[in-house]
Amino acid sequence: MIRIQSLSTFYGNIQALRGVSLHVDDGEIVTLLGANGAGKTSLLNTICGLVNSRSGTVNFGEKDITNTSPEKIVKLGISQVPEGRQLFSELSVKENLIMGAYQHYRKRKKEVYNHLEQIFHIFPILKERQEQQAGTLSGGEQQMLAIGRALMSRPKLLLLDEPSMGLAPKIVSEIFKIITDLREQQKTTILLVEQNAHVALKVADRGYILETGRIVLQGSSEELLENKEIKRAYLGRGYKEVWE
Amino acid sequence: MQFPTFQQLIQHIIYGITVGGIYALVAMGFTIIYNATDVINFAQGGFVMLGAMIMVSLNTTLNLPMPLAFFLSILIVTAIGIIFERAAINPVKNASVITLIIITVGASIFFSGIALPIWGQDPIYAKPFSSGDPVSFLGAKISLQQLWVLGITAVIVVAVQLFYKYTIIGKAMRATAINRTAARLMGINVRLMVLCSFALSAAVGAGAGMAIAPVAHASYDMGSMLGLKGFCAAVLGGLGNGVGAVVGGFTIGIIERLAIGFAPLGYSGYKDAVAFIILLVILFLKPSGLFGTSQK
Ligand SMILES: Nc1ncnc2c1ncn2[C@@H]1O[C@H](COP(=O)(O)OP(=O)(O)OP(=O)(O)O)[C@@H](O)[C@H]1O
Ligand SMILES: [Mg+2]
Repeated sequence: MIRIQSLSTFYGNIQALRGVSLHVDDGEIVTLLGANGAGKTSLLNTICGLVNSRSGTVNFGEKDITNTSPEKIVKLGISQVPEGRQLFSELSVKENLIMGAYQHYRKRKKEVYNHLEQIFHIFPILKERQEQQAGTLSGGEQQMLAIGRALMSRPKLLLLDEPSMGLAPKIVSEIFKIITDLREQQKTTILLVEQNAHVALKVADRGYILETGRIVLQGSSEELLENKEIKRAYLGRGYKEVWE
Repeated sequence: MQFPTFQQLIQHIIYGITVGGIYALVAMGFTIIYNATDVINFAQGGFVMLGAMIMVSLNTTLNLPMPLAFFLSILIVTAIGIIFERAAINPVKNASVITLIIITVGASIFFSGIALPIWGQDPIYAKPFSSGDPVSFLGAKISLQQLWVLGITAVIVVAVQLFYKYTIIGKAMRATAINRTAARLMGINVRLMVLCSFALSAAVGAGAGMAIAPVAHASYDMGSMLGLKGFCAAVLGGLGNGVGAVVGGFTIGIIERLAIGFAPLGYSGYKDAVAFIILLVILFLKPSGLFGTSQK
């Protein structure tokens, strides 16, 4: 589905990505793990065309999409749920969702409204709150809205940036359940960026570890869950003794 | 100190509301572009002036009926707004807001510089939209053109609100104003939204100029003062707030007019200072404006 090769991205003189290579196959859920500042968001934003890479390539299917504009990326079928949700806080829930389908709206209005009903089916709470301002939703509802909004463009590949951030464990498992359902039911391919390695590796098929702009480790979720380094660095205190 | 009678007071307030409606429209023009770009468009007054002058020319020189002249003028000024954005704003890549503001100041000088040789220095006569006797209201008189101004203001304000609320482009413009990065991730072409904001703002400005032309003097430099007053109104209401712009416009119009009414003999020439005094007071007391929540 997507293949990234030796991607390097800079902000001025700061290098955020140092030759990152990874791929996600059709129908896979792949997680990208890394600490704060590792470059996870930079990778997603480079894919989406919000920032340009200096070298390396991104291929989507057969197509070279390196440094393509965000509008075209959305049109090609890649949609991002950005870090911190980035909702249109003063617009209503429904308007936020419609914005997600902006490119389809004029030509296929009816389809968009059908699809809106499907999103409401996945997230019934959004239907209840559809006229409410997005900024007044709870954190979990906002994350659901951000995901629903990204799905409104009917992406083949969904990029999720730390969807668990700031949410209670119960809400996190609800959201991750929806993510796995998406793969089962809609055949959506998913690249999941997370710091919460525990939950991410539970739903993902494979994972990559990013450290200061480099992929330092990759493997199936089982392998990564067993990896001592991962346990120490990403799976928290309880595993510390195992390492020592 | 003069003490106006009740009837005079009402008369002043009616005048104030009339001119306030124009300030409100000009302020809305500022708001539309500010929300899309963070830029204060000092060429806004130029749109106002062009709207008025083009309409009068179409009406008196080309003998087109007034309604046709009105709509043609809106179309022409909208086109000018679009050309302005494409020619002067869009090509400047990675420009800072301050650079763009300076460009708009330049454009404002350019617009009056073009208007001067075309229409000359003297105010030109604009026919009222309809003829008839003024109507009485609480003992005061309202001319039909004043009613036209109020009606046009109301129609434009409502039309812009409906546009923002119910059209996909309008919603996308609001979305872009709220969160530009997210808008880009939705596949919204934010540069197109900037273009739309210049087009819309030009149309609103033209509407203001045309409505006021028969009441005030239509001349090549009418835009500068109206532009500045509208700017004061936009700041008073809270830059970027549509409702604030309208309230700010009416507030400045009414206070300005009352100040003239109450001013000691010989001091009414200071009327133009009123808006700026209000501006200074609001910047001093509540810099975010009446309806503003935070400073951008
Ligand atoms: N707009 C920017 N300008 C300059 N430097 C940036 C910018 N965005 C990110 N960086 C830098 O690039 C590096 C990678 O940042 P990035 O946001 O991609 O990390 P991340 O893995 O997403 O971190 P987090 O988990 O905190 O979201 C960091 O050192 C950061 O300071
Ligand atoms: Mg990040």
